[in-house]
Amino acid sequence: MAKYLLLKHYRGAPAAVNDVPMDQWEPEEVSAHVQYMRDFATRLEGTGEFVDGQALSPEGTFVRYDGEGRPPVTDGPFAETKDLIAGWMVIDVETYERALELAGELSAAPGAGGKPIHEWLELRPFYAEQPTATE
Amino acid sequence: MNEPLLRELVPAVIGVLVRRGADFAAAEDAAQDALVEAVRVWPDDPPRDPKGWLVTVAWRKFLDAARADTSRRHREVRVETEPVPEPGEAVDDTLRLYFLCAHPSLTPASAVALTLRAVGGLTTRQIARAYLVPEATMAQRISRAKRAVSGVRFDRPGDVATVLRVLYLVFNEGYSGDVDLAAEAIRLTRQLAAGIDHEEVAGLLALMLLHHARRPARTGPGGRLVPLAEQDRGLWDTRLIAEGVDVLQAALARDRLGEFQAQAAVAALHADARTTEETDWVQIVEWYDELVRLTGSPVARLNRAVAVGEADGPRAGLAALAELDPALPRHTAAAAYLRERDGDPVAAARLYAEAARSASSLPERDHLTRQAARLNAALKRG
Repeated sequence: MAKYLLLKHYRGAPAAVNDVPMDQWEPEEVSAHVQYMRDFATRLEGTGEFVDGQALSPEGTFVRYDGEGRPPVTDGPFAETKDLIAGWMVIDVETYERALELAGELSAAPGAGGKPIHEWLELRPFYAEQPTATE
Repeated sequence: MNEPLLRELVPAVIGVLVRRGADFAAAEDAAQDALVEAVRVWPDDPPRDPKGWLVTVAWRKFLDAARADTSRRHREVRVETEPVPEPGEAVDDTLRLYFLCAHPSLTPASAVALTLRAVGGLTTRQIARAYLVPEATMAQRISRAKRAVSGVRFDRPGDVATVLRVLYLVFNEGYSGDVDLAAEAIRLTRQLAAGIDHEEVAGLLALMLLHHARRPARTGPGGRLVPLAEQDRGLWDTRLIAEGVDVLQAALARDRLGEFQAQAAVAALHADARTTEETDWVQIVEWYDELVRLTGSPVARLNRAVAVGEADGPRAGLAALAELDPALPRHTAAAAYLRERDGDPVAAARLYAEAARSASSLPERDHLTRQAARLNAALKRG
């Protein structure tokens, strides 16, 4: 099994095919989208492939150390141009092909007009555990 | 196996061990070990005297641990054996545990975790799952909390307000994992109310019952948030409402108002209305006035502004809102709601979308997005 991170972006990814801001959808379309995401996670729990999933608030800030005895420096809220992650799902699957398949399904979540969003998701493999027997 | 009964016995078991000479941290560990063993053994071999069984096993676990500790440190351990106490003492033990676990030296998160384990009898694993943190993390939080209160004397009651704050926090966590924290908070508050005669304990219990009564109506399909005005009131639990109102009335009759009684009074007025239109907003505003007077809380002021919007019209609500800090949580959502009521859907849609971006939970974000979507869709259709 191999673990993958599926990253969803508020912005910063290439534009989706069905690219309409959520507050311009019909209310039922918002509900249908939320339901699709829930059902997807539930189904992956059922197949034993779900590890974790969380959503992030768009509000945040950059922070860095500013030297001994000084408070950390912050830079925020984020500029409009910034790549902004909306959430993630971690899956544990047999093959890379399976990971691609699932990412494709998630990208097809319904959006405006009830049509698939075709949004771009980032698919990132986790580094694997160092095998005990290496030769 | 009767898990609720098992969990109810935990505080008394800790109490017995402490009175026999164990310090609180060791007694709590031993009770937890006995609890875990009971969960393993009881289904096949239920004891005739559950409490006696737990005390015996916990005491043995304590002695084992104390001996191991002694041989490590090469010093004697002195433990006195006393007879198992009377039931009356068990009640006092439980009360003392509430105060100890909510001790002001603890952070809220630590106090919550320790209360759920020592008073609630939940296992570390159950608490960890409920708060979505790894079990090792929760175990550390609990052992740090126990170290923090290790010097506190077990025999002195503290400030009841600290206990109520902890129980209120537990109640508001809702539920995830296999433990319903809201129901657990109600159980613990009931138990506290049975042992201590205090109007705010009753006020908090009433508040919990009245809110819990509405829970079946609060979420729709797919975890969708259903606002109060749109809830199917037929789904409200009338038995819980009746009990909550009774508890509240008895508390209010004592004429020593506190913040939980005032909050419960607002909840009772909502529960009392068969339809949204029948809601007595004028009285609700009066209770919020009391709440603001008692606490000065900005959240109470915000809720008051929304209630004013219902009682005296959206303009009055917006005027009350304008006096508050716009950075307050839900300020934007409240403004959106009042703007819509004031006949300005364009501004309302914009504010709802803005409020969605600063929402603190996913259901709230989705709900606010849906409100913006609803207004925008209506505007498009003209």
